[in-house]
Amino acid sequence: MGEGEPRNRERAMSESKFYDTLYDVEPGHTFLDADELVLNMGPQHPSTHGVLRVILKLDGEKVLGTECVVGYLHRGIEKVAESRTYVQFNPYVDRLDYVAAVSNGLGYCLAIEKLVSVEAPKRAQYLRVILTELNRLASHQVWLGTHALDIGAITPLFYVFREREDILDVFEKFFGARLTTHAFRIGGCARDAYAGFEKDVLTFCDKQDKRLNEYEELLTGNRIWIDRTKGVGVISPEACIAIGLTGPPLRGSGVKWDLRKAQPYSSYEDFDFEIPIGKNGDTYDRYLVRIEEMRQSLRIIRQAVAGLPEGPVMAKVPKILKPPAGDVYHSIEAPKGELGFYVVSDGTTNPYRMRVRPPSFINLQALEQMVAGQLVADVVAIIGTLDIVLGEVDR
Amino acid sequence: MAEADNTPEQKPAAEPSTAAVPEATKAAETAKAATPAAAPAAPKPPAIPPKPNVLTATPWEGEIPSRLKRSYGSGVETTITVGQKFAVVDHTVAHEVLRTLRDDFNFNYLVDETAVHFPKKPLAFEMVWILYSFASNQRIRVKAAVAEGAEVLTVTDLWPTANWMEREIFDMFGIKFAGHPDLRRILMPPDWNGHPLRKDHAVNQQDEAWVKANLGIESAQ
Repeated sequence: MGEGEPRNRERAMSESKFYDTLYDVEPGHTFLDADELVLNMGPQHPSTHGVLRVILKLDGEKVLGTECVVGYLHRGIEKVAESRTYVQFNPYVDRLDYVAAVSNGLGYCLAIEKLVSVEAPKRAQYLRVILTELNRLASHQVWLGTHALDIGAITPLFYVFREREDILDVFEKFFGARLTTHAFRIGGCARDAYAGFEKDVLTFCDKQDKRLNEYEELLTGNRIWIDRTKGVGVISPEACIAIGLTGPPLRGSGVKWDLRKAQPYSSYEDFDFEIPIGKNGDTYDRYLVRIEEMRQSLRIIRQAVAGLPEGPVMAKVPKILKPPAGDVYHSIEAPKGELGFYVVSDGTTNPYRMRVRPPSFINLQALEQMVAGQLVADVVAIIGTLDIVLGEVDR
Repeated sequence: MAEADNTPEQKPAAEPSTAAVPEATKAAETAKAATPAAAPAAPKPPAIPPKPNVLTATPWEGEIPSRLKRSYGSGVETTITVGQKFAVVDHTVAHEVLRTLRDDFNFNYLVDETAVHFPKKPLAFEMVWILYSFASNQRIRVKAAVAEGAEVLTVTDLWPTANWMEREIFDMFGIKFAGHPDLRRILMPPDWNGHPLRKDHAVNQQDEAWVKANLGIESAQ
C-alpha cells in the first residue's frame, strides 16, 4: 500500500508540464529552497465544484502558471449516443450540465428537430421558454451560492438554495423529476402544463423580484465582496473571442452577444428583453451580468406566461425516427454559454456521431490566462466566476 | 438580413421530408390492400421507388464560395442543407481556407472543432471546423477528409481555443495535429490504450491492462 503511493504521485505528475519544476530541482537546491512551488489542487476540493484538478505553479502567493486536469467524470456520452436511438439518447443529455438539465434537453431537441425538419407547436415553444428560463434562474442561483461561498460569504448559499427549491417544485410537478428532468421530447413537450402552472410560475416571479434585491443587498455594495472580485480575473473582449468564451463571461467583458437575440430559437424573437453587459471584464462585472440576467429571465417568463397560446404541445413526429442522412449543428444560449449539438446522421435510427459543444469545457480553457499573475485565493474566485459544471466538461 | 440558422429559409426543405413520410406509408398501405383483393385492379402507378433518405442540399453561392473556389480550385464544394452552410475542402488547404475565412471574412470565433470516423471510406476521418462571425452573424462549417495516420495542421495559431478541442480529437480519434503546442490526452488517462470514438472501438471496450494495473480489479465492467 505505502509502497505504491510515491509511485502514484510521481506518475500523477509525470504527464504535467510542471514536472521539471517538481522533480528536476537543480543540484544543491532542495525542493523547499526553490522559489517556485507546485501545488496540486483537487480533484477532491470543495472549491473546484466537482472533480476538477488544477496544478498551480506558485511563487509565494502569486500564481505563475496553471494546468487543468479534467476527465475524472468522463462517461463517454458521445460514444453512448452512437448505440442509442435519437429518442433513447434524449435523457442522457440531462447528465451533461446537471444543474441546467432543461436547457440541455432544449438544445438537443432543437438540433434533432432541425435534422428531421419538424417544428414544435407554438404552445410547446412558449412552454419551453418558460421552463428553460426557470432553469437559467436555478442554474444562476447555484452559481451565486457556491461562488459566494468560495469567496467566504456563507449567507447567500442558504438563501439561493431556498429559492431554488421553488423552481424545482415547479419542475417536479411538471416533469415528475427535480434535476434530471427529461424535460422535452423531439417535436414538443411530453405533456401539457399542469393545472395551476401559470399561477405557480407567476407567484415565484413576484417573490423572486424581492429576493434578487436581497441578494444584491448582501453582496453588491459589500466592501469585502468588492475587494475580492473587482479587478480579479480580468479578460479583454478580444481574448474572450480568441479563447472561445461564451455566455456571461463574454458579456461581462462587454460583448453584447446572446444567441437568444443573435439567432433566436424557440420563439425568443417574440419577447422583449435586454442583454446585460459589463465593462471591465472582471469577476465583479460577471457577477452583475448574471444578476441582471436573472431579472431579464423573469421578464421573459412573465411575457411568455401572459402570451401562452392554446393548442397542441407536440408536433407530428414518426414513432420510429429515421432522420435523413446529413449533418446539422444547432446551438442555444445555455446558462453557461453556447451549448451546441453537432449531429451526423446516416439515415438509420441511431446517430452516427453526436458531438456536444460544451460551454463549460471551452470556458474552462480560459482559466489559465485568467489566473496568471493573480493570488492563490483568487483561483477559487475565478473558477467560480467561470461557472463550470464538471459533468459537462468531461461528458 | 442576418443569416441565422433559424431563418425561414429552411421551410422549403421541411416540406419534402415531412410530407414524404405519410405519402410513402399511404402508398404502401394502398399497395398492400390492393394485392390480396385482385390483380386486375392495378392501374395506379406502381410503388414509388423509395426516395433516398438524405437531407436536401442546395448549392451555396455568394462571395465566400466564389472566393474559396477561385483561390483553392474546383475541389472546393459549397452546400447548404437545412439552411446551414458548409464547405468541403482538401485537407492540405484546410488551414489556408480557415485563415482566409478568419482574416478576410471576419470569422473570428471558432465555435467547435471535431472529427467523424468513417472506417469504410478511403479517407477515414472527416475533420469539421465550425466558425462564427460576430460581424455578419453567420455560422459556417468547413470539412476536410483525412486519411488514417495523416497529420492535420493545427489551427491553434489562428484560434487559441482550438487547443483543448484538438487535444480531445487526438484523445478520442488518435488524429495528430502538426504544430500543436501541447498535444496530450485530455479526457482519458495519459497512458490509456485506445481511442474511444473510433468506430472499431466497442462501446464497452476498455484497456484491460490499465484497469488491472491502476484500479487493481480484473474488469471495470
